[in-house]
This record gives sequence, structure tokens and C-alpha cells, in this order.
Amino acid sequence: MSEFIDEVLEFIDPLFEPAFMIGSIKALVIAAALLGVVPPLVWLERRLMGRFQVRLGPNRVGPLGLGQPFADSIKLLFKESIIQSSADKFLYHLAPAVVVFTAIVAFAVIPFGEPVTVFGQEIGLWGANINSGILFIFAISGMGIYGMVLAGLSSNNKYSLMGGLRSSAQMISYELTLGLSALSVIVLTGSLNLIDLVQNQSTVPYIFLQPLAFLLFFIAGVAETNRAPFDLPEAEQELVAGFHTEYTGMKFAMFFMGEYINMVTMSSMITLLFLGGWNAYGLPLWPILAFAIKVFFLLCVFIWLRSTFPRLRYDRLMTFGWKVLLPLCILNLLVTSVIKVL
Amino acid sequence: MLDQYTGVAIMLLMAIGIAGGMVLMTSILGPKKRFADKMEPFECGESQLVSPRQRFSVKFYLVAVLFVLFDIEAVFFFPWAILFKRLGVFGFVEMLLFILILGVGLMYVWRRGGLDWE
Repeated sequence: MSEFIDEVLEFIDPLFEPAFMIGSIKALVIAAALLGVVPPLVWLERRLMGRFQVRLGPNRVGPLGLGQPFADSIKLLFKESIIQSSADKFLYHLAPAVVVFTAIVAFAVIPFGEPVTVFGQEIGLWGANINSGILFIFAISGMGIYGMVLAGLSSNNKYSLMGGLRSSAQMISYELTLGLSALSVIVLTGSLNLIDLVQNQSTVPYIFLQPLAFLLFFIAGVAETNRAPFDLPEAEQELVAGFHTEYTGMKFAMFFMGEYINMVTMSSMITLLFLGGWNAYGLPLWPILAFAIKVFFLLCVFIWLRSTFPRLRYDRLMTFGWKVLLPLCILNLLVTSVIKVL
Repeated sequence: MLDQYTGVAIMLLMAIGIAGGMVLMTSILGPKKRFADKMEPFECGESQLVSPRQRFSVKFYLVAVLFVLFDIEAVFFFPWAILFKRLGVFGFVEMLLFILILGVGLMYVWRRGGLDWE
């Protein structure tokens, strides 16, 4: 019996190693922060949209209406989850889970500050520091397309199907632009590691060296997160709500959670690649605060774009991606490498 | 090497837990009152006239194929971009040729009308 206990203890021994413990705590903190940032972000969007449209926005629940998104999420949790009878049950349940899953995992490799020393242990402010950080994020956020396509296909509803098809075609088209515009930054750095990228920008952020790449990456990023003016998959006037027409309750909310977490991830990516990450450039800010301010600014720009631009027509959207952004990306890469070689 | 990915693995498990837990929770909580009309797919109040499981525009298929082609080409860029300094002029000229081929491919699709939506 004691031998058995010894074996069990030996088996679970690695779980008590400091590296594993710290990793678990970090993962827990990051996941909690991501889930916790969604309600305030919804609140921010609704308040800002209200101001942009010369109205107040939600202001009844709690101080400044801050309780509104929390009340909404509790309400959604206790709503009936309707699965219409002709839907594919398994895929129908899988789709929102895939969306949330990919959104959370993609954030695992994003660093948001220099390593800090706590209790004699050096702790990096990131979930994981992998050498191929950028590729990892592209790969995982690419998987998010599955969630939308599966939602569209499994619902057995023509609006959902159209929304799912549209979103897949849109996202794969703009993913090319996203990858290729990030490449010109990688040419300058020579590394896919996000921490190396930030350290290379300690004197000047890449937005000044690569303004066109920044613009392309930003546009593609807005399209990747399905935000207005690229919110064709949802297009409520034509497609009701696109791929999540048939969803109710928390499963409906999960698509929105995915969207908002993706917004945060995309803003962090833009900050890391072009705005110098946590470098404060002489301003007396903590690294993590500098990072947070930049991300917050970009999130506000995302919301600002939504209230400024009308939605694109679908054929315009696709031709814009393939005929304008993609050639510009290739051209920018070419020019960057020519300058770099000279 | 594998150590770097421990964090990713933990995050992966946690994300599965969160996503699965949410779906499970919303299925358990909340009322369950089923009746025939509620279980119909939404079509602005009408009963479903035609099944959505039909043929759809081939354009979407074409876009997917084009994406696969261009994305594979983009994948070749990544190792080149990392080794840019080490490869020097040789790597630069090689990649110039590659970009040229990619550009010709894009031009071909463009001229054949593969990127137009009617």
C-alpha cells in the first residue's frame, strides 16, 4: 500500500515544482483578467457609443452604469438555451466553446512587461515565452474561424449559414494581410519572439519605421476581429445576426466574449509589434502601465471606428482585401528588404 | 525547449475548462420549456420555406483555395525573414525571385477575374 502511495506521490511530484506552480498561477491570473476585462469593455463601448451619438448610454445600474454588463451577463446565464430541433447538436454546442477557447489561448504568449522579482523568484509577465510567439497567435486565432463556420453550418438557418460563409471568407482573406504586414517587422527584428520584438524597439517604435505596415496590420486586425466597418458576418440589417442568429443565453454571449477578448489580443499585438510594447520612451511610467495605456488607447480607437464608418459592401470588402491590401503588403515587404539589404 | 510550452499547455487546459464549463452551465441553468414553434429555425416569423443545406456560391470555395495557395507562400517568408541578415545578398535575390513568382500568380488570378465578386 505504501509503495502505491509513493508511486502516486512520484507521479504528481512535478505538479509541486515551483515552475509549474508559478505557471498555473500565471495562467489563472491571465484567464481571470481576460474574463474580467470583458464586462468593463462592453460598458466602455456602450458608453462611448452613447457619447458619440449624443446620448447618455447605460447609466442606471450601479455608479455610471458600471453594473450594466454584469447584470446582463447574469441575466444571460439564467436564460433558456434553445437548441432548435433541426440543428446539429454536437457542433452547435462546440462552436461557441471553440470561439472562447481560441480567444483565451491566443493570449497565453502575449508579454505585458519586463520580468519582475517576487519572493526571490524571477517571474516574467507572460503566460509563456515561446520563440515562435507571433506564429502561435496567428495559428490559434486562425482556429477561431472554425467556431464561426461551425456555428453557421450547424444552426440549419440560412442567415447563419451565410454569416458563417462570409466570416470564413473574410477572415482568411485578411489573415494574409495580417501575416505579410507582420513580416516586414520580423525582417527588421530577425525574431518571432515577442519579447525580442519589444526590446528591439527600445529606442524607436516600429510605427515610425514601418508606417504602411502598421496601417495594413491595423486594418487587417479590425477585419480579423469582425469589428465595424468589417462586421459583415453579423450585418444585422441583412443577416439578422449572422452566424449567431440561432444562439440564445450564455452561448450567445460567448461569441461576444470571444470578440472582445480578440479585440484585446489584437490591440496587444499592435502594441507589441508597432507601438513599442511596454517601452515608455522616457515617460515616468511603469512598464505594465505603459503597455496598458497603449492597449486602452487602441481599444478606444476600435470603438471610435465603429461609430465613424458605415459598413462596407461585401464585394467591396473582398476586393479591397485582395486587390489593395495584399499587393500593398507584398510591395511593402519588398521595399523593406531592399532598404535593409542596402 | 519543452519547458517554454508548459505555460501554453496549462493555459490550454484552463481554456478548455472555461469554455466547456460555460456551455455546461448554460445548459444546466435556466428554464427548459419546449414547444414546437420555439424549436423552429428563425426566419422572421415564417416557417422555413427551403432548407439552407443547399449549394452555395462557388466564390467562397475559390477564395479558400486562393488563401491556401497564398498562405503557404507566406509561410516560406517567415524563415527567410528571421535569417535575413545571415543570408545576405544571396537570400535577398532568391526571395526577390520568389516574390516575383508570387506577384505573377496574383496577377494571373486578378486578370482571370478570380478576385471579382458579381
